[in-house]
This record gives sequence, C-alpha cells and structure tokens, in this order.
Amino acid sequence: MSLTAGVVAVQGNVAEHAAAIERAAAAHGEDVTVCEIRESGLVPDCDLLALPGGESTTISRLVHDEGIAEEIREHVAAGKPLLATCAGLIVASSDPRDDRVDSLDLIDVSVERNAFGRQKDSFEAPLSIDGVADEEPFPAVFIRAPAIADVGDATVLAEWDGRPVAVRDGPVVATAFHPELTDDDRIHRLAFFETEDSLERAPTETVSNGESR
Amino acid sequence: MTDDTALEDLRRGTDLVKRGFAQMQKGGVIMDVVDPQQAEIAEDAGAVAVMALEAVPADIRKRGGVARMADPADVAEIVDSVSIPVMGKSRIGHTKEAQILEAVGVDMIDESEVLTPADDAYHIDKREFTAPFVCGARNLGEALRRIDEGAAMIRTKGEAGTGDVNQAVHHQRTIKGAIRELEGKTHEEREAFAREIEAPAELVHETAEMGRLPVVNFAAGGIATPADAALMMHHECDGIFVGSGIFGAENPEAMADAIVQAVNNWDDPETLVEISKNLGKSMKGDANVDLPEEEQMQGRGV
Repeated sequence: MSLTAGVVAVQGNVAEHAAAIERAAAAHGEDVTVCEIRESGLVPDCDLLALPGGESTTISRLVHDEGIAEEIREHVAAGKPLLATCAGLIVASSDPRDDRVDSLDLIDVSVERNAFGRQKDSFEAPLSIDGVADEEPFPAVFIRAPAIADVGDATVLAEWDGRPVAVRDGPVVATAFHPELTDDDRIHRLAFFETEDSLERAPTETVSNGESR
Repeated sequence: MTDDTALEDLRRGTDLVKRGFAQMQKGGVIMDVVDPQQAEIAEDAGAVAVMALEAVPADIRKRGGVARMADPADVAEIVDSVSIPVMGKSRIGHTKEAQILEAVGVDMIDESEVLTPADDAYHIDKREFTAPFVCGARNLGEALRRIDEGAAMIRTKGEAGTGDVNQAVHHQRTIKGAIRELEGKTHEEREAFAREIEAPAELVHETAEMGRLPVVNFAAGGIATPADAALMMHHECDGIFVGSGIFGAENPEAMADAIVQAVNNWDDPETLVEISKNLGKSMKGDANVDLPEEEQMQGRGV
C-alpha cells in the first residue's frame, strides 16, 4: 500500500523535505506519494506530515488563514507522525513565548525564538541524536534557530551547548535544526518509519555521510 | 543521552548555512521598509523578511543624486523592532558598506543596482563574508557570475521603483529560457557557453543538471499588486521582493496582507479574486516603455 505524505507548503523549505521523505521511504522499502499542502482539505488524506522551516510568523499566520491548523491538530491527535523543523518546531510548540506566533500546541515544549542569534551566528555542526540509525553524528544546520526552553512531557533526543534541540512527544518529532538541508535522511526515517516501538529494529544499512556540497 | 556537543566543530558562514538561509525565505514576500513602524506592519502582514533602506526605490528615482547605504542607526532600529530577518542594501562593489551592514547585524545583504554603483568593474567578493548576499540579474550570465562571487540568492533586477512588472517578467523568462536551452546542450556546448558568459563551467554544468539556478531565485523590480506577485510565482520564482508597491499604495496594510496571500494562492484564480478586491489605489508608477535608458537602473553591474 502506498503512503501519502504531506508537506505543509504555505512558506519555507518545502521541496527539500519532499525529497528527504522520498529517500527515507525508499530506505524502508515504502511506497510514498508526497503532496504540497497550501490549502485545507488535503491533510485528512495524509499518513504523515512535515511542517518545514521558514518564518514562524508567516507560517503560523497562513496555516490559520487557510484552515490547515485544525487539520494538523487532528492529524496528531489521531496519532499519525509529524516532523516539525526549525520554524515548524516553533509553530508546533505549546508556547512560542512570542505573541506574534499563534502556535498549534502539538508538543509540550516552550521555545525561545532565534536562541542562537541572528544569521551571522547561524552554523553547521555534527550533533549526536538519540535514536537515529548508527552511531555517526548528524550534520545539523542551524539557521537563526530556536532552542527548546522548557520540556514538559516531551523526550529530549539531542542537546547543543546544553540546550535541547530535538525532541519527541508522542507521534511528533521536532528539531531546531534543518535535517532537510543535507542528504542525510536519518531524522526523516526516525520520525516517519521508526516509531518508538520499532526503535530496536532500526535498519543498520550504511547511510549517506551527509556531506554538504 | 550522549552530550557530545563537539562545539569546536561548529562552522559559520559556510555555503550551506548561507544558501540555507535563502532557502528559508522561499514562498515568502520580502518588503522594503524605511522605519520601524513600516517594519512592524510588514511583519504583521506575514512578510518573511524586511529590506531596511533610506527611501523606497520610487522615491530614490524621484530624488536623483547619489543613492547610498542607509544610516546604520536607522537600520539598527529596524533590526531591533521585528523578529523576522532584516536585509540591507549596499552599493555594487562597495565592500565597506557591506561590512558595515554585516556588523550592524543584518541577516542578508542586497548588493543592489537601486543604489549608485561604487565600482564600475567589480562586484563585492561575497565569499569573504559570513552574511549571505542577494544580487540582481537580467540573464543567466549575470546570475552565474554573481553566484560564483558568492551570492546565496538571485533576484530578477526588473526595473525598481516603476511599479511596472514588465522587466521582472522579461528577466525571469530570459533566465529560465537560457536554462532550458542549456539542458539540451552537450557537454562541450555547455563548456563553450560557460566561456561565452564568463562563468565557471562547473556552475554551468550544475545549473544544466538541476534544471534551475543552484541558489534560490526571487522576483524583484516593479511588483505592485497581488496579481503581479502571483504572475512571478507562475514564472517559477521562489518568492517575491516588493519595493515601493506596498508603502507607495493607498492602503499599505491591506496591500501587504494581500500580496502575502497571493503568493500562497498564486495558482488559484478564484482565491486571487477575493484577495485582490477593495485594496485601494496601488502605486501610480511609470511604465517601463517610457523610461529613457539613462534613467534605467537594471543596466548597472553586469
């Protein structure tokens, strides 16, 4: 059976998430059709969802205006997987600590926007993440990234400089960095195809080393 | 959990980090603003970033004289007033203005033909900077030369401050058309093309294989209405810069909001009808066809 994956596409880095989902699905022998979500009515047909990075003020505004916000909440309430990255993490949080963002309360964390500074402070670095396949650090790219301030019921998967930057809360995996910017699809595999119950049987085949170009 | 943070392996200002920033702007609208009040209006409307400058291009055009970087105090005030990224414009080839803007904390520098060029022969060596750059282009040669110099984003030049979208369309069609031609060329024809446009062969091959520019490609120059913004998305731009079109309009709040929505709904004419209704007067503008060559900005910096 073919899976349907949705990438929320109102603004941000959409095509790269779509490609990463296709690679992750192929690594797990799953057939997947990816659709871009810019209007309501499509999310209910999706088995899995990605909420990409971009600008959180813009994305939160448009998912509410377009009537997609409630559909995303229902998707998560039904226990279906969702991966939220960077601005997506802010939009998915229970508390963005900024009234310019109307968040969706999908994960029990508060976040600090631009916690690592402006663009000149943006960086890439290898990051150890709990639960990703094999032991190699993940090539994490932080772009004006948020950090997680308070972790409620969520489980921390990774920290950078003492601050949580990747969490899981039920069907949702959220990262402060951008796993779609390199060829390394281990986060997408973790979020969509390696649920908590199946972590032990995570595949062991060689993964790409995530070299940036 | 392992806490192997490897802080010493942290790298800033890499191509991945610079181009990554540009990618986060995709599907968004970047709005020209001249003060914190305008910046807040832009942010509230859903802009992905603001471009901080002294005067919008239509006013620069009217005023004449030498157009320079904005006062760093004014740029800093805008940086402090919004949570979204702030961009600033430097003159073409003016490395010092760019360094000042980087030090002020702008998130991206626009090496822009809207300001008076400081160097007739060279653009800024953008690889030396931590901050990413956006540059204008009229054709594939200009685009790839700017990328080779380190630009992380390309925008059409259009004809800034006119409110006439004609030249932005022309430049985007020229770039896309050249890429389509390139896709049909053999390896050695692509090498010959690289020599002709004075761009590295490696970039030409990469563009041909990707079927698009290797960096994000925005529209700019003369976009004045939601329909204009939708038209540029139809021409496969990744996002939109709006200069004088918002704060030169009768109702900037409504226009800003409508242009953001139009970019998300560019392929849905019925929604565009609703978005375009009752916005008040758009900027008056000057038709490009009436503009003498010496008053055009697009020929600056090739």
